[in-house]
Amino acid sequence: MTAPTLDRRQQSTQVEEAARIKPKRRITGPGLLHAWTWLIIAWLVLPIVVMIAFGFNDTPGRYNQTWVGFTFKWYGRLFEYSDLTSALITSILIAIVASLLSGALGTGIGYALGRYRFRGSGSLNLIMFATMSSPELIMGASLLSLFVSAGAGLGPVTITIAHVMFSISFVAVVVRARVMTLDRSIEEAAADLGANAWTTFWKVTFPIILPAIFSGVLLAFALSIDDFIVTAFTAGTTKTFPLWIWGATRVGIPPQVNVMGTLIFAVGVFFALLANIRSSSKGKRD
Amino acid sequence: MTTPQHAPAIEFVGVNKNYLSHGETVPAVKRTDLAIAQGEFFSLLGPSGCGKTTTMRMIAGFEEPTAGKVMLDGRDVTGVAANKRDVNMVFQSYALFPHLNTYQNVAFGLERKKVAKNEIGRRVGEILEIVSLTGMEKRSPKEMSGGQQQRVALARALVNRPRALLLDEPLGALDLKLRQQMQIELKRIQREVGITFVYVTHDQGEALTMSDRIAVMNAGVIEQLGSPREIYERPASRFVAGFIGTSNIVDGHVERVEGGLALLSYTTQDRVVVPVGQSTRTGDKLEVSIRPEKIDLHRGVPPVTATGGSVLSGTVTEVVYHGTSTNYTVATAAGADFTVFDQNASNAEDLAVRGDRVYLTWAPQHSYLIGV
Repeated sequence: MTAPTLDRRQQSTQVEEAARIKPKRRITGPGLLHAWTWLIIAWLVLPIVVMIAFGFNDTPGRYNQTWVGFTFKWYGRLFEYSDLTSALITSILIAIVASLLSGALGTGIGYALGRYRFRGSGSLNLIMFATMSSPELIMGASLLSLFVSAGAGLGPVTITIAHVMFSISFVAVVVRARVMTLDRSIEEAAADLGANAWTTFWKVTFPIILPAIFSGVLLAFALSIDDFIVTAFTAGTTKTFPLWIWGATRVGIPPQVNVMGTLIFAVGVFFALLANIRSSSKGKRD
Repeated sequence: MTTPQHAPAIEFVGVNKNYLSHGETVPAVKRTDLAIAQGEFFSLLGPSGCGKTTTMRMIAGFEEPTAGKVMLDGRDVTGVAANKRDVNMVFQSYALFPHLNTYQNVAFGLERKKVAKNEIGRRVGEILEIVSLTGMEKRSPKEMSGGQQQRVALARALVNRPRALLLDEPLGALDLKLRQQMQIELKRIQREVGITFVYVTHDQGEALTMSDRIAVMNAGVIEQLGSPREIYERPASRFVAGFIGTSNIVDGHVERVEGGLALLSYTTQDRVVVPVGQSTRTGDKLEVSIRPEKIDLHRGVPPVTATGGSVLSGTVTEVVYHGTSTNYTVATAAGADFTVFDQNASNAEDLAVRGDRVYLTWAPQHSYLIGV
């Protein structure tokens, strides 16, 4: 009687031990994974950390390449270079106008492509992906010849047109993906309840696809505010933030550039966090 | 049905619907005439692809007939857009607005009609009470169970007091128990609001228990239209007999006609007796359907003369015990396999087993000619 009981107890301790050992053995896996994860994070974040850090660098002149000491003074003297400030304002204004325009136009294209099959929808798809994947250098050069041959004076307007042109596809693709997963009968239900096409779109479709439109517009904003190549071709004498920095590389980039970069980055992080919080609170409710 | 009205709630006059698929014309609904009465619970029953959903979508206005007219309350609505038709639909997927809460979902239709705010509040509260969702006004669809979402969809349609409510397989996504509960609920709600219900389903049990009348559809054609009882007891076609419940179908040639009964004979003792009309003549080929629960199964030779009905001998090939009944499959002398439902009453000891020689008998009135 006692022998089998003992046996069983031994067995159970063996099982427990095995259970205890098991996660230990698997540690090599997660350990490697952790190391790899941190490596990737470092790779992504390091340039940003350097940018932020050198915004606090107590460098004596315009040259901001070696660490001297910690200071807040560049935040106080942010708008010291008036041409840098106006370049930043130009960039922000262009980014706002361009992202809103491509948001409106891209939503229309994305909705049409996601909802209907029409004459030319196939080629529209193709052209959209072509503009997203075509080299900016070529796009910039051809836009330049287009504007020049059309007799358009280069400036903020041509920059905005160019930015809308290359970011519209991104908005359209994001919106199209959302519209395609939208249950068709939801719009039919709206019609069934007496809503005409206009009301159905604004009361039902638009609120549902709004998050997709929002991320499309954010994407367009991000693409526009730091675009250099296409902007360089279409700017004429207008200086945007990236163009000013490029011009300044020969005479030294002042720490104010780092500060502005930091602030733009902070705004980006704010929106990313906002989106994250919204989606996680939605997830909790599910 | 409620008070008699001049015009049917819904009427199809020579309606035809073709789809164009890869350059070919595919008929979805073939020339159909149909009249659904005011306050009726009407089911469109059939397998997938039979045209029942297309028929419903033509009532709602999501599809237009290729030919013919759709009338609502005697008014021709052919070509009238869905948002201008006084009918509402409960979608298979419920199609609730995910960004709106229960109250806003239900109020959507009334807001479109520019109903006054306090009137909307009153009517939404009223209908939520009918569908037992009081207190759920602030919930979003995502926070509700399938059964609750179903009720919201129902309330959202009913609150508009439509001429007719169209339900497209509304219980398909629910589990069995909830489905049965909702069947009873739907009947109750229909009685309370007194609105014409048009119910699309492929579930014959659902159609039989809930409907005043059923249209059984197959391949774009209404094969039979009648009360659940008529359709079950007197299937008009082989398809209906097979689709609604279980039917035994046997064919044979008429040996003689006597007093309105035709006799189909197979061997000296195996015969099927079926009531027939005036036109049946000796030698005609007939198709007869018999419901499994109408048949008695005997282990000994039955007193034939006493019943005066049909007798078929056969061998039991399958016995399935179901608790309240036992289902037998019997290979009969008439050539067809018969299914027999035998109630497990007091004779539980007397069960036949596989390989037993048995006799099937049933009264003449339980034989039905198919296609007459």
